[in-house]
Amino acid sequence: MNKRIYLDYNATTPVDSRVQNIFIRELNNFANASSMHEDGRTVAAALNEARKRVATLINVDAEQILFTSGGSESNNTIFRTMASPAMEATTSRKERFSGRKRILVSAIEHPCVMESAKYLATLGMDVHFIPVDADGRVDEDRYRELLFEGEKTGRRDLMPLLVSIMMANNEIGTIQDISRLSALAHEAGSLFHTDAVQAAGKIPVDVSVLGVDYLTYSGHKIYGPKGVGALYFAKGAPLDPLIRGGHQEKGLRAGTYNAPAIIAFGEAALIAAERLDEWGTRMRSLRNRLRDGFIAKVPDIRINGHPEQVLPNTLNVSFPGAEGEAILLSMDLEGIDVSTGSACASGDLEPSHVLVATGVGPELAHGSIRFSMGNETTVEEIDYVLEKVPPIIARLRSFSTVIHKE
Amino acid sequence: MNDWLYSDTVKDHFMNPRNVLDTDEADWPCDGRGIVGNIKCGDQMLILLRIKDGIITDCRWKTYGCASALASTSILSEAVKGMRIEDAYILKPEDIVSKLGGLPSNKIHCSVLGDKALRAAIDDYLEKNNLPPLAGRENVEVICSCLNITDRDIEEAYKAGDRSWEDLQARTKIGTACGSCKERTLEFLHELEHLYGE
Repeated sequence: MNKRIYLDYNATTPVDSRVQNIFIRELNNFANASSMHEDGRTVAAALNEARKRVATLINVDAEQILFTSGGSESNNTIFRTMASPAMEATTSRKERFSGRKRILVSAIEHPCVMESAKYLATLGMDVHFIPVDADGRVDEDRYRELLFEGEKTGRRDLMPLLVSIMMANNEIGTIQDISRLSALAHEAGSLFHTDAVQAAGKIPVDVSVLGVDYLTYSGHKIYGPKGVGALYFAKGAPLDPLIRGGHQEKGLRAGTYNAPAIIAFGEAALIAAERLDEWGTRMRSLRNRLRDGFIAKVPDIRINGHPEQVLPNTLNVSFPGAEGEAILLSMDLEGIDVSTGSACASGDLEPSHVLVATGVGPELAHGSIRFSMGNETTVEEIDYVLEKVPPIIARLRSFSTVIHKE
Repeated sequence: MNDWLYSDTVKDHFMNPRNVLDTDEADWPCDGRGIVGNIKCGDQMLILLRIKDGIITDCRWKTYGCASALASTSILSEAVKGMRIEDAYILKPEDIVSKLGGLPSNKIHCSVLGDKALRAAIDDYLEKNNLPPLAGRENVEVICSCLNITDRDIEEAYKAGDRSWEDLQARTKIGTACGSCKERTLEFLHELEHLYGE
């Protein structure tokens, strides 16, 4: 094969050709969308259309969408809001939130959520990481304990202020039951955020069903450009600007509109919504083909993530006895792009916090490879991977101090 | 293909490793055996040496680890053949790194593991043959310059059970003067944990 095989769509996606055309066209519509003149108004109208499309993907009103630079900014904005004056800006907010200090996030969140939560801990918040089971689903018993401890003990500082649980995990693809988890959080009086960066455009995301207060997603994971994302906030949910100094986004996110990227994001959202079901079916069949092929061809492996509640495009496999970075680089030399949970790929000595949280143990975490499929993935590519990977694993295992029967 | 992550030498040794033990360990009788690292940290190395008249005559190895760990062990296994054990004993990580044509800074620990495994194998040989221990590394790193505490002191303390900054301070008084060595000490503790496991 001459072309490289890209199986790292969860890291980022290529820009769809329709989206590319829009993006390039909009580079010429350079006027500032905030300007009053006709050129500015033209861009503003296109932004409004994009906002509707981005809102439609998750079934919300366009007014409740804030454009940002991406998932990380969206998530940071929400966490920083928790320690801002916005939490007590009205009497009703003061009554609801004042004195609550508990922040709950799942143990498998993206680093931008993990680090934001740790930052809140330095500001005196009571931050807890909710454990997950072997499939990566939130441990509901522990979650309930953490949610209702304040109510039981009559201690307001132990009552939850914010719960943040990602809808689908980037590494293992496990999908959480967000409507259930958010309903529980609301029962405890908490706000609820879900990071849907990996879910939006891959599985149905309908806020009217999920019932969340905040939901965040990104352009470049759905075949849109990088550097653009969205934050949904429910009516009345507090929000404090991370970036100040302009009236854009009702004063909640300053900075001249990145109009070409936003408009292209709108196009990408429209396409994603249109092809959601057909795409999901196609991805699931590719994923199953790859999974079944590995099970048949490589002895002693583990498929990570939930067996059913899993992103249709994501397959995470541990190859014990072989180390992830070595597998990744061997595949790289065969023209295949993937990612790994190995520590050697991350620059420190800790393997993927996601796999560690599922309790698989360090060897399985170090030997894990994520295959994430997308628009361009073909059956031929999957078969090529199934031809190339088994000998790579056998070779690395033959050098290994960890003995595995072949 | 564009530039790879590592040098051509690393790539060559990764793809065509030399002297890998391709039989059961029992089928390759050796004079010295060393194993270091732990799977928890993502790499582990086993080195087997044949030694005659104080000279390493042959070497086999196995490594669980990343590309640079595999390449490090492979190049080391070539370098030590024909070497006097005294010289092999003082091989430094930098020697291995330079033979490999350099490694990214976050990969240096892979080669550290190689020279440790080699020393462990030589120690094993000396012990089995009732020979006196060799002089250690020539370059000792002074970590706490106020109290003149070296990496070897910390390594000894680690072997005696110290695992934290507080443990070390209780035993050695490290960092009790200016305290500027704390970061390096914790880093070194992490390396030791990697080498010896929990």
